[in-house]
Amino acid sequence: MTDLNQLERDLLSQVEAAGDEAALESVRVSALGKKGSVSELLKTLGAMTPEERKERGPLINGLRDKVQGALAAKKETLAEAALGARLAAERIDVTLPVQEAPEARGRIHPISQVIEELTAIFADMGFSVAEGPDIETDYLNFTALNFPVGHPAREMHDTFFLAPDEKGERKVLRTHTSPVQIRTMTSQKPPIRVIIPGRTYRHDSDQTHTPMFHQVEGLVIDKQANIAHMKWILEEFCKAFFEVDQVKMRFRPSFFPFTEPSAEVDIQCSRKGGEIRFGEGTDWLEILGCGMVHPNVLRNCGLDPDEYQGFAWGMGIDRIAMLKYGMPDLRPFFEADVRWLNHYGFRPLDIPSLVSGLTS
Amino acid sequence: MKFTLSWLKDHLETNASLDEIVETLTRIGLEVEGVEDKAKTLGAYINAYVISAEQHPNADRLRVCMVDTGTGSPIQVVCGAPNARTGMKSVFAPPGTYVPGKNITLGVGTIRGVESAGMLCSAAELELSEDHDGIIELPEDAPIGVAYAAYAKLDDPVIEINLTPNRPDCTSIFGIARDLAAAGLGTLKGGDVPAIQGKGACPVSVTLDLSGDDAKLCPTFALRLVRGVKNGPSPEWMQRRLLSIGLRPINALVDITNYITFDRGRPLHVFDAKKVKGNLTVRRARDGEEVLALDGRTYKLDAGTVVIADENGVESIAGIMGGEHSGSDEGTTDVLIESALWDPLNIAQTGRKHGIITDARYRFERGIDPAFTVPGLDLATKMVIDLCGGEPTEAVVAGKVPDTTRVIDFPYSEVPRLSGLDVKPAESEEILKKLGFKVEGSGERVNVVPPSWRPDIEGKADLVEEVIRIAGVDRIEPKPLPRLEATVAKPILTLIQKRTRVARRSLAMRGLVEAVTWSFISKDEAELFGGGDARLALANPIAAELSDMRPSLLPGLLKAAQRNADRGIGDVALFEVGQTFASDEPEGQSIKAAAVRRGTARAEGVGRHWNGGAESVDAFDVKADVFALLTALGIPAGGLQIVAGGPAWFHPGRSGTLQFGPKNIVGAFGEVHPKILKALDLKGPLVAFELNLDALPPPKAKPTKMKPKLSLPDFQPLTRDFAFVVGRDVAAGDIVKAAQGAERALIVGVDVFDIYEGTGIDPDKKSVAIAVTLQPTEKTLTDVEIEAVTAKIVAEVSKKTGAVLRG
Repeated sequence: MTDLNQLERDLLSQVEAAGDEAALESVRVSALGKKGSVSELLKTLGAMTPEERKERGPLINGLRDKVQGALAAKKETLAEAALGARLAAERIDVTLPVQEAPEARGRIHPISQVIEELTAIFADMGFSVAEGPDIETDYLNFTALNFPVGHPAREMHDTFFLAPDEKGERKVLRTHTSPVQIRTMTSQKPPIRVIIPGRTYRHDSDQTHTPMFHQVEGLVIDKQANIAHMKWILEEFCKAFFEVDQVKMRFRPSFFPFTEPSAEVDIQCSRKGGEIRFGEGTDWLEILGCGMVHPNVLRNCGLDPDEYQGFAWGMGIDRIAMLKYGMPDLRPFFEADVRWLNHYGFRPLDIPSLVSGLTS
Repeated sequence: MKFTLSWLKDHLETNASLDEIVETLTRIGLEVEGVEDKAKTLGAYINAYVISAEQHPNADRLRVCMVDTGTGSPIQVVCGAPNARTGMKSVFAPPGTYVPGKNITLGVGTIRGVESAGMLCSAAELELSEDHDGIIELPEDAPIGVAYAAYAKLDDPVIEINLTPNRPDCTSIFGIARDLAAAGLGTLKGGDVPAIQGKGACPVSVTLDLSGDDAKLCPTFALRLVRGVKNGPSPEWMQRRLLSIGLRPINALVDITNYITFDRGRPLHVFDAKKVKGNLTVRRARDGEEVLALDGRTYKLDAGTVVIADENGVESIAGIMGGEHSGSDEGTTDVLIESALWDPLNIAQTGRKHGIITDARYRFERGIDPAFTVPGLDLATKMVIDLCGGEPTEAVVAGKVPDTTRVIDFPYSEVPRLSGLDVKPAESEEILKKLGFKVEGSGERVNVVPPSWRPDIEGKADLVEEVIRIAGVDRIEPKPLPRLEATVAKPILTLIQKRTRVARRSLAMRGLVEAVTWSFISKDEAELFGGGDARLALANPIAAELSDMRPSLLPGLLKAAQRNADRGIGDVALFEVGQTFASDEPEGQSIKAAAVRRGTARAEGVGRHWNGGAESVDAFDVKADVFALLTALGIPAGGLQIVAGGPAWFHPGRSGTLQFGPKNIVGAFGEVHPKILKALDLKGPLVAFELNLDALPPPKAKPTKMKPKLSLPDFQPLTRDFAFVVGRDVAAGDIVKAAQGAERALIVGVDVFDIYEGTGIDPDKKSVAIAVTLQPTEKTLTDVEIEAVTAKIVAEVSKKTGAVLRG
């Protein structure tokens, strides 16, 4: 008995003392290997009398089970410790910076963004988007829009001309998006509801003018549309675009050759510390021109002004972008300075919608 | 158009305040640009007496003045003006006053140890003139303690309106008063012109030497001689008004014409009768004729210009500017006064051609009141007699005052129809009448005759504008525009509009930054990128480098990349989606998407990085961009071919052309050609692509939105690797294509996973390793079957490319 107890104590302490899997294995072999101390004891069972075996059997088997259990437990402990040691050695410096993702670097130009904002708003009001060429005929840019040849209003446009063709006719870079009104009215039947965003050109360059800029035009033609509707459209647009609950607008009678009556529209705002806020304050800021489509323009498109009527308006996309997002100058819009684009541009997935809001 | 409040009140009997007048002007379409009210801005400045001016104890150039401002307690002021002296009267500004000429607000200060409580002012400090040599000197009888602005009669506010080109009637103060009266702000007055009883006929006759169509160039010309005038400075009140609106007084005769130009919108001209030789003829100028005009410049004329000539030659450029030779001066005793009517179009063209901007041109090109031709002459005659004396002759009138009477059939219902405002006929009628329109008939539909001074009124819509601008546009309540159809909103974007948007977002997702560059580039750049067509050159470019419509987005982007590099940001990735021009026809314009990458600006990362990187951009970076874009656009890669080489602006060996067949080239990508770098002064590495979005095939129309049925094979795919040795100029794409074609039913993927050139391979060969994925659909493949497919692949690749399996 004493032997077994002693052997058990010895073996268990050897198991406990094993520092790694190899040491543990040699303990296992010394105890449970072919010639191991416990295996040797087990072999003695065969030569025992049944009585002896009955007494010694459970003791020897018990010893074997205990040693096996201790070995397994120790193995687990050692494995755990080894994993711990490995993981401890496998440390990385998680503060190292990763490469900036491409979608974090990419930008959408404010003009593209604002065109998408406009489109979202007007689509909701049933408008589609019409477009036309930048190089226009004199007829579509001026004459069809009721700018008589030689009229001072033509002079106000500072037109870019292309070289005259064989017939002596010279095309122009459109000075406004309005020729697309004519293209639309001559190619589709009323009711018409379109917005017309696009590039426009005037021979003008200073702090607040660039020879190329962007306009958006709106056109509604049916048999009822009047100034009251136009006021509603423009008010709703301004509220939605500037994302404010209220705007106060002032319609000042004005003159455009292609509308009659015509008006310029101011929007009330406050200017504090270089920040413009709409829906408050006492300043007026001119934002767009509008009017009822001139009967001559309707006639030029084959529409009877006694049957059809409607209104049109136009505004500068660059300008409303500046008003909404606070760019102080127009010129950098076209300079492709990545510092400016990174700052004022929009992220690739900043997609304007009325569902989630024009801006996030 | 500028005028003063007192001048306006010559024609408008009103109790309205300046603010009310300004507000009303803007409300009725005469937008006020600015009001200069010196009574307000100079309100704090007062007349003062300098009791004493003594040498400053600590400064040679300064004096210490005791100033009496009428309060009885003198104020001490330190003054540096050389003319500050005891006993003078000047203008004093107390502490707290804003000094416009210096843009400061005064405080109480100590100047070299002496306290100074205010300032004695120069005319420049008050922005009254350029004179800053000394403080203002007032006459001895100037009252002390009163506001200087009122004393100096500077308290007449100047109003400037931004006049729209359709309103020639409001180039006159009388016309503005008429609009204000119609808007309910008072009563119009001072419009009557006394008829002049002249003595004897005008000795100078006028011939209109304009026949046929040319008659319209000068329908009428009225002239009168006034003998025995005494010319000299015009009276102070007239000079003050002219100065207020920015005109320089010349002499009484000239000032009268300028005065009437603004007062009544009627330009006139005066000739010194003694300098006119013979009779006057109105005719087209002869080519090469010259005239020295009143602005001191000599103009070379041609037949496009209408002139007034005598036996000496050209005396005046009709309707624009008189000649120096026959101009009036202090010695003028006999004056010929001209009141004529000129063709707006011709005046505009002539003024533009010679670059002359005058108040006369401004009015004639807008169209002045023909009926006021003779009254205008009479008014001028009256003022000449009143101010300069003299005796008038009868007027001589050549030609005929045109009758511009027209009748507009006007149903009052037009007002609510177009405006949405229910203006009653009685109100419309009243407004029109107050504006000088004749309203004939009664009831719902009337005949309206516009007044002679409103050439802009053509039809019903113009009358509606007149009514609502006076009634008040602000009375129109916004009204919702009903939806056309009671349905959920339908999609509105066209295919190209959708593709343009997707292109922008997907390129931005690749780390590219969107630029918007000019639609015009230099001629050289246009030619380098396949453009330069004379039809796309601007006749009047704003600058030489912005002269031609761009054939490509790349020149603008490449130069933009370089500008950023010049600012120290060399790793730039820019894109643009925009229009390019192949001809001046609408079909010649197409939307392209293009991008440039410079330096190390790769999609994976930019610049040096601890984990590798800092690799220069190469053609594959932009190839990846263009493929990402095509995928985002939903373009099936099936029909797309990539052909080695690209347009001339790309490196011929490091570029590719994207095409759907040889006749449908849609774009290209690659390294920018070194010659382009040199020509545009660019530094690489620069790679770029350009894709014509308009040339891409539209999606196939499908009857439903159903996606094709998904069939998932029951058997695992397996992959076999092959290494082929081929000639170095064999395209990997051909190897891939050959492998794909070996057994179409089984092969679902071919990937190139290694390219090797070097040791162990012939110098003129390369090794291309591909992985072929087989997807059995019927049953698991046996080894024999796999062997057979493998052999087919090797055979097919060998046959098509001359490859041998690498041993």
